[in-house]
Amino acid sequence: MYEETLTISNETGLHARPAALLVKEAGKFECSIKLVKEGKEVDAKSLLGVMSLSVRQGEEITLRAEGDDAEQAVKTLRQLIESGLGE
Amino acid sequence: MTADHIKGVAAAPGLAIGQAVRWRKDRPKVEKRQVDDADQEVLRLEKIVDRAKEQLTRLRETTRERMGDDEAGIFDAHLSFLDDPAYIGEIKNRIRDKKENAEAISEEVTEEMASMLASLPDEYMQARADDIRDVGNRILLLLSGIEPFDPSLLQSGSIVIADDLAPSDTAQFPPGVAAMVTSRGSKTAHAAIMARTLGIPAVLGIGDNLDQIQEDDTLIVDGDEGNVTINPDADSQQKARAEMERQQELRRAALEKAGSDAVTADGKRIQVFANIGRPADLETALQNGAEGIGLFRTEFLYLENDHWPTEEEQADAYAKVLKAFEGKPVVIRTLDIGGDKDLPYADLPTEENPFLGHRAIRFCLSNPEIFKTQLRALLRAGVHGDLWIMFPMVENVSEIREAKSLLEEARSELEKEGHAVAQQPKVGIMIEVPAAAVTADVLAKEVDFMSIGTNDLTQYTLAADRGNERVAPLYDAAHPAVLRLVRQTCDAARQEGIITGMCGELAGDPKMTEVLVGLGLDELSMSAGTIPEVKENVRRIETAPARTLADEALTKSDPVEIRSLSGK
Repeated sequence: MYEETLTISNETGLHARPAALLVKEAGKFECSIKLVKEGKEVDAKSLLGVMSLSVRQGEEITLRAEGDDAEQAVKTLRQLIESGLGE
Repeated sequence: MTADHIKGVAAAPGLAIGQAVRWRKDRPKVEKRQVDDADQEVLRLEKIVDRAKEQLTRLRETTRERMGDDEAGIFDAHLSFLDDPAYIGEIKNRIRDKKENAEAISEEVTEEMASMLASLPDEYMQARADDIRDVGNRILLLLSGIEPFDPSLLQSGSIVIADDLAPSDTAQFPPGVAAMVTSRGSKTAHAAIMARTLGIPAVLGIGDNLDQIQEDDTLIVDGDEGNVTINPDADSQQKARAEMERQQELRRAALEKAGSDAVTADGKRIQVFANIGRPADLETALQNGAEGIGLFRTEFLYLENDHWPTEEEQADAYAKVLKAFEGKPVVIRTLDIGGDKDLPYADLPTEENPFLGHRAIRFCLSNPEIFKTQLRALLRAGVHGDLWIMFPMVENVSEIREAKSLLEEARSELEKEGHAVAQQPKVGIMIEVPAAAVTADVLAKEVDFMSIGTNDLTQYTLAADRGNERVAPLYDAAHPAVLRLVRQTCDAARQEGIITGMCGELAGDPKMTEVLVGLGLDELSMSAGTIPEVKENVRRIETAPARTLADEALTKSDPVEIRSLSGK
């Protein structure tokens, strides 16, 4: 298992479009990827799941992956989030 | 058979007679049962999900062809749910766990997802609850072997009857639908706007009376009065047909001449423009003979987005409209938004009294970075045509000066960055606050044009909320108090040698054309559908008698008298 915790910096948080972008990227990996906010865990490959967390700007989330490409997956997603998710 | 009359909201004008067809959105009854072979059940579900995807992909393509990308986008959202592990994946898992039938589990999971979305703190997400219910219903119908309502059942002359019509419904209307009647909805509902765009009559909000209408009943729908007659007798049918023919004849004659200018019998040119809400409305505007755009509302860019629209996104939309009108005037109104509208990404505070609150130019001036993005986009797009920039809800000179100085700032920034910008865009204000109309002589010195927004001007002048059904009878733009403000504004504009237009609903009321010309308006801007008729009216008018008529109207005490006056 590999995990990292980071802060969501883009203005609208994990709103529709940024969330869709994240989910799309997560879908490219074999490993299972979870997104955790305040103890609530969802599948990072599910748009509905990610939307249900309603993550806002400034909130902290944890990316937790399990599988062969887990570390690669978490690092790629972290970069994507830090780059502002297309915003 | 005796005829029944039903009264509803007159949401889109016109008269139609036709056969009722119920737009079916029924949910099949779902019974829970145990299944022996859960894997088999999952397989059954997977096949159905594939079929739902096929249906939605087809719908998306036909919608894209007929109505454009924006409308087709609804189906993209639907399709993404069908690939979502939290939704379809969850349904499959639960079928295996509980060994229950796909119908029962699908319904259960759909409802959970919809409640989850509805409980999120953000309106954009809440609206997705309806989308997932829509998808869930499609799956249920397919599982039960019921095909979703087939729009090809609608023939030319059908009158669509429904509880409510969503964008995903009206997007599927074949051409030739005669009218629509719904139990829910108001004049500003999506269905109403759609009906006016399609040019078909609509009576909405008839409530439970909808149940009185049976499939295939003959209906007369009067969208001007808000009346529906069920199974009218032969005599009424004949009368309605005669009236329809008369209206069609007038409309045909008007449409034939829609392309030519509207000049009064004694030679005064009145410019007749269209109001549009998005670039997709352009075609109807051009077909109906719009000589320009008198009001391009820019809110769609903000409301239908999940982020503040960027300079590029805005410039593209504005350029599209300016190019389509090839050098004819295009009045673009800057952002008119406030506490009554929820921008999911903006976190606007809810206000007790949003129409008297921090909205429109007030909001823009205290959010200069948002405002300047729009001004920059306007200036950049302005190189493609004749751009007129209009600030909404202005009530004093300092607002105009501040907005103009931001516009100048935007211009010098753009020039420094090496962008091409519009050299001489006209800058004007919307007159919609009584204070602005009363001091129009002072404001007129600061601007190139003024346009009277009668919708807000009426509600502010008469202190009657236009969305409140209980005060609806008070709300009438033809009230003499409103008309006096119009006269005052026109007089002030003439003093300064600038143009006054009108872009509220009143401008498109054919019964009022003569009074409006008599009050001194130079330009009238309206929904595209009424342009040909208003142009025809202008051609019949002579300015001197029109002025006398307007003077007389100003002395009347109520709108009814005024309307009957001009109907003479």
